[in-house]
Amino acid sequence: MLPDWISPQDMAALWLTLKLAAVTTVVLLILGTPLALWLARTRSRFKLAVESVVALPLVLPPTVLGFYLLLLLGSQGPIQAMGGPALAFTFTGLVIGSVFYSLPFVVQPLQNAFAGIGTGTLEAAACLRAGPWDRFFTVVVPLSRRGFLTAITLGFAHTVGEFGVVLMIGGNIPGETQVVSIAIYDHVEAVDYASAHVLSGLLLALSFVMLFTLYTVNGRIKMVMP
Amino acid sequence: MTIELQFDLERPGFRLRLDAEVPGRGVTALFGRSGCGKTTLLRCVAGLEPSARGRLVINGEIWQDATRFIPAHQRPLGYVFQEGQLFPHLSVQGNLMYGYRRIPEAQRMVQPDDVARLLGLETLLQRRVTEISGGQRQRVAMGRALLTSPRVLLMDEPLAALDAISKAEILPYLERLHDELSIPVLYVSHALDEVTRLADHMLFIEGGVVRAAGALHELITRGDLPLAHAEGAAAVIEARVTGHDDRHHLTELEFEGGSLLISRADLQRSSRVRVRIMARDVAINLTRPRDSSVLNCLQARVLDVSDDPHPGHVLVRLAVGEATLLSRITRRSLEHLALQPGGRVYALIKSVAIT
Repeated sequence: MLPDWISPQDMAALWLTLKLAAVTTVVLLILGTPLALWLARTRSRFKLAVESVVALPLVLPPTVLGFYLLLLLGSQGPIQAMGGPALAFTFTGLVIGSVFYSLPFVVQPLQNAFAGIGTGTLEAAACLRAGPWDRFFTVVVPLSRRGFLTAITLGFAHTVGEFGVVLMIGGNIPGETQVVSIAIYDHVEAVDYASAHVLSGLLLALSFVMLFTLYTVNGRIKMVMP
Repeated sequence: MTIELQFDLERPGFRLRLDAEVPGRGVTALFGRSGCGKTTLLRCVAGLEPSARGRLVINGEIWQDATRFIPAHQRPLGYVFQEGQLFPHLSVQGNLMYGYRRIPEAQRMVQPDDVARLLGLETLLQRRVTEISGGQRQRVAMGRALLTSPRVLLMDEPLAALDAISKAEILPYLERLHDELSIPVLYVSHALDEVTRLADHMLFIEGGVVRAAGALHELITRGDLPLAHAEGAAAVIEARVTGHDDRHHLTELEFEGGSLLISRADLQRSSRVRVRIMARDVAINLTRPRDSSVLNCLQARVLDVSDDPHPGHVLVRLAVGEATLLSRITRRSLEHLALQPGGRVYALIKSVAIT
């Protein structure tokens, strides 16, 4: 049974938001980790260009990012022209948009963590018979625990707080693409401040708890392992 | 049983171009000034410089040639880094076992208990590596490398980052490794005293090329190399214990050039020892001194005389039997004694150190 202070539609928006944030974070970890590893180790002349692209969502208005994604994913876009699926106004489309939107929040902490591991440590592991994957899981990951924790928390929290990109490429279909931030906007437009209060309060509490947990745990790791 | 080293590696402002063969047993010092390429050579052997072209054969096994390059993690070697490079997220035990776990059981020739005992690590196993001293860390690094049962041990100035006390603490362990293990060691160093204590052979590297290679005791007394002219110039002699004089707390040694008395040492009769005689501790007399406090006086023949960095000093090389001794005397004494190559003299040795 749902509590009566939250409508089924708002509950659906909340659930969709958390699902979107979770899926986005997983996708970002899978894509962002190799990218961050490359950025932390490469001496390629493309490094700065790639770093700038990764950081773009930090400075671009989300509507700009959403606009280009809409062109890319929409019914007139190149993906559909090449026989791809219709992605605009779907959950998959939302995930793609969120991945771009939250990319720097995952890649940058990971890149910093990886760069902090000296090549000497990895060479030592190689000279102790650890192959590349072995080195990654037994040296890189444990030594980057704080970076991973920061990346996961920021990637998740930032996706939860997304508005502009979702609005552009997701529309506002309740139960399908309507996330909490947009639901709040709708409630305020309709002068339903009570519902807006509930959702805003939930989001505020959730974000605070996530960040507080992150800082507490990272602080502990730092104390144990300088 | 040899190690063939043949590498060509170019870096901005530096080129390593090296072709040498060193014995596949004992300790070989890769010696030279900072920046001469000795660490780079060691990294080439470890497979950490994939851009190096060349050929590497370790006791008959080809690790690298024109067509193959075995990656670092598949080379059966142990590498002790200058800074230790321990894993900060693992305990001492975790560090020691990291490589051991990755070796197939049948290939584990070295056991954790033996290494812990050999390196004095028994009481440290549960400690974090961030909590132990620099000397202890370096011992863990050595143990970790040994536990992979390597076919060659590479050591990159393992003492360079340590203070004098930690150095003194580690050297005996290194000497024990040398005496008790049959693994060939390539030992990078720029410290002559370290090398004279530990090494059997030497590759003297200068500007990325091998300037000289051979037995340690020959190279360090060669007049055409800078080693004999260094501040700590010394000769190394292999000797045999012939007896003890307990009343005077002395031990008698014998080598093919004569006999030596040293402070009473805890050594078995007829065991072999290596002694080091510093050039500054050898004086020259034309006749055998009758009333001298110096115990060790050996008959010698002057090989040659060469200039030393200090204008007031000269370096005299003396043949004592098959061995070569170095003597640093003043130019004034040289003129006073009128020393000439071939001349018969007596070498008065003020101090002999067991290494």
